[in-house]
Amino acid sequence: MLGPDESRRSFLKSAGAAAGALVLGFVLPATNSRAAARAAARAPAADVNAFVRIDTDGAVTLIVGKSEMGQGVFTGYAQLLGEELEVDWQRVRVVSAPVAPAYNVPGLPVQFTGGSMSVATGFEAMRTAGAAARSLLIEAAALELGVPSAQLHAENGSVVHAASGRHLGYGALASRAAGLPAPAPATLKAPADWKLIGKPLKRLDTREKVDGTAGFGLDVRLKNMHFAMVARAPSFGATLDSFDAAPAKAIPGVVAVVAVPSGVAVVATNTWAARRGRDALSPKWRDGPATGFSSSALAKSYAILAATPGAVAFTSGDQSRVPADARRLDADYATPYLAHAAMEPLNCCVSFTAAGCDIYSGTQMQTPDMMAAAAVAGLVPDKIRIHTTYLGGGFGRRASSASDFVREAVAVAKQFPFPVMTVWSREDDMKGGYYRPQAHNRLTAALGADGFPVGWTHTLVGQPVIKGTPFAAMAVDPKTGLDATTHEGASDLPYKIANVRVEVHDDLKPVPVLWWRSVGHSNSAFAVESFVDECAHAAGKDPLAYRLALLADHPRHRAALKLAAEKAGWGTPLPAGRARGIAVHESFGSVVAEVAEVSISDGVPQVHRVVAAIHCGTAINPNLIAQQLESAVTFGLSAALHGEITLEGGLVEQSNFNDYEVVRHAAAPQVEAFVVPSSDAPTGVGEPGLPPIAPAVANALFTLTGTRARRLPLSHTTFPATPA
Amino acid sequence: MKLDINGQSHEVTAPADMPLLWAVRDLVGLTGTKYGCGAGLCGACTVHIDGEPTRSCLTPISAVAGKKITTIEGIGHTPLGKKVQEAWIAEDVPQCGYCQSGQIMSAVALLHTKPAPSDDDINSAMNGNLCRCGTYNRIRKAIHRAAGA
Repeated sequence: MLGPDESRRSFLKSAGAAAGALVLGFVLPATNSRAAARAAARAPAADVNAFVRIDTDGAVTLIVGKSEMGQGVFTGYAQLLGEELEVDWQRVRVVSAPVAPAYNVPGLPVQFTGGSMSVATGFEAMRTAGAAARSLLIEAAALELGVPSAQLHAENGSVVHAASGRHLGYGALASRAAGLPAPAPATLKAPADWKLIGKPLKRLDTREKVDGTAGFGLDVRLKNMHFAMVARAPSFGATLDSFDAAPAKAIPGVVAVVAVPSGVAVVATNTWAARRGRDALSPKWRDGPATGFSSSALAKSYAILAATPGAVAFTSGDQSRVPADARRLDADYATPYLAHAAMEPLNCCVSFTAAGCDIYSGTQMQTPDMMAAAAVAGLVPDKIRIHTTYLGGGFGRRASSASDFVREAVAVAKQFPFPVMTVWSREDDMKGGYYRPQAHNRLTAALGADGFPVGWTHTLVGQPVIKGTPFAAMAVDPKTGLDATTHEGASDLPYKIANVRVEVHDDLKPVPVLWWRSVGHSNSAFAVESFVDECAHAAGKDPLAYRLALLADHPRHRAALKLAAEKAGWGTPLPAGRARGIAVHESFGSVVAEVAEVSISDGVPQVHRVVAAIHCGTAINPNLIAQQLESAVTFGLSAALHGEITLEGGLVEQSNFNDYEVVRHAAAPQVEAFVVPSSDAPTGVGEPGLPPIAPAVANALFTLTGTRARRLPLSHTTFPATPA
Repeated sequence: MKLDINGQSHEVTAPADMPLLWAVRDLVGLTGTKYGCGAGLCGACTVHIDGEPTRSCLTPISAVAGKKITTIEGIGHTPLGKKVQEAWIAEDVPQCGYCQSGQIMSAVALLHTKPAPSDDDINSAMNGNLCRCGTYNRIRKAIHRAAGA
């Protein structure tokens, strides 16, 4: 089952492993865990791979093919490796992998980070890699000491012969182990024997992130490196007509002004000069497909479209069987385009040399970036080397399926004999597209005599994220022509309702869209969880009890709801002027329930406390899980309260954090995170905390004020100045 | 002109209106101070000028001649800066980490003027420092921890 493969050999060659070091590349069988099944839902399962290196001085290096963007994957992987390798896991050095098939996502020919699947899929792979390395080291020690391997065990970086008290450090065994054949599959520890898994361990990357030494993309410094800024078209898809380079060249520090497919690049000796030079340009543009585009007109057209039949994404029962005397409810919910607005604006440094092209970038999308860079550079992919830095936030924007920021940086740098870092200003980043799609939801429900729905329809209108990209062949359903991003979280409605119909109008528009933390769920959960709340109130029932009754067949939803409700004190009295709201949603294999506690001040919603409970199977590191829930709640709350990208006359109206507001310290709620105990296979953590927050807050505001918000951000809803 | 950064003198050749941020990052090569917005809206570029927390993206180098500039690379050499960094580690604050240089510089300045800040003090002193990973709760705990230590 285990053994070196082609990717290992190519990696070993490219890495130039030091003489005597043990470098392991394992091809591991695809796991049949639920995590992997869910992760691979859009494609068939395949292999997971891992690499470990042990130097002759005993240093252990873990080479991770995932991008560290704050989610803690470097820590999680080291923890999993350390569990089986029996080393001081905190001393494992973690480095970013090059691009190689060994690091591909299970089931996809692509190395990328996303879909909340890194730790879930690494759960088997990292432990197996650790166990295999341990077996090899024990075999080496058996030869060295002349005793049967069965008499040896590994402990804290050494192999120990308990009978004689002799022991050998991993470093001393590395050379010998490197010459041994690949080991038979090692048995993994039983959960009862875990020393690291399940513990709330601290991150490995904290010290370098508090003293300024952590290296982000923007911090790359190469010899004779220059900086570029690009004047891009004012509307998406518009093309360059002409430009006068003179005003830019007059700026001290500017060394060149060149055309690239996306616009005009100003190259300078420092970022400030590049910025001033770029801002001095006034290029002329030819109209493109988005010239004149209006997001408010789009919202109106979506609302009309939502009332017409679409492609059927899911159906059960038969709407014609819904009794004519059932009580009917209907509502429309609208969500806007959203920018990711990671704290580190986009950037990419590219260096062309005789040996090929080196790309230094905080990317989530290594394989597509490599292929795109090769095409732009006119080189074979083998000549492209991607060096993944830390990401100053990703949230999906750095997983560009079009490789937009990498393509552009390569197009700039290939014109120069020195390395060039293309830097995006905050305004460039905000106006640069690849947004969470704008969407519209129309829902209807028919309530039976007991107040519970007997019929439910949901029509979604929005722009697909995957259709029309290189990933379409893998992810678009050939029968419906739909990709899941337009209806996930709606077509898999968990509530037990006899007659359900979910339809979709997907609509390609000339505004580039992309996955934004939790993708389609960020829209669908707002609609579904608000509307089920409307049904509960219409039925005169408690929103928690109503959901629990409809979730009899979904124990994980029930467990998450009950835990969140208990910790939040659901049903207990609150100070005057406060109210609670609840929501639950499944995404990326996990279920999260959240209870938000709100007040209103001069008509402006305030969120004071959020209790989040996640069912994510085996909790590998509760500290990292808590961090991700705190993160997803805050990120989602920024969008719920303020987030909106609008376009009028083809131009993006927002530019910086003054008009694209996000939650700041004073408005940040207290977030309390809890994990439902489970021994199931681990499931996603980075994204599932996001979808429930907007509906939980909107539901709380309804309870408080009697005003139902059906459009995000909530700033569009006029709430009473004080509670009803 | 000369820039006095973390107790060392650096000679830079740049236009007088170049923001200190770019002089520090691109000319001096200290990359711990971050670019986030270029407009004084996010706080990622916060440094200390003669001890005062200052947005380096809006501060021209002409305004800091003869003044003492402290960046994240230097703050750990002060007892208070060290204490704040250790509190950040104890509370496991950073996720992506990009905003944390600015957060720490603002927190150190706060604790310098208010050794035992209230939650309201923290809100006012830190509100200009954005974090997209949502580390606000942990930052608050870390500031209280540093104050109590």
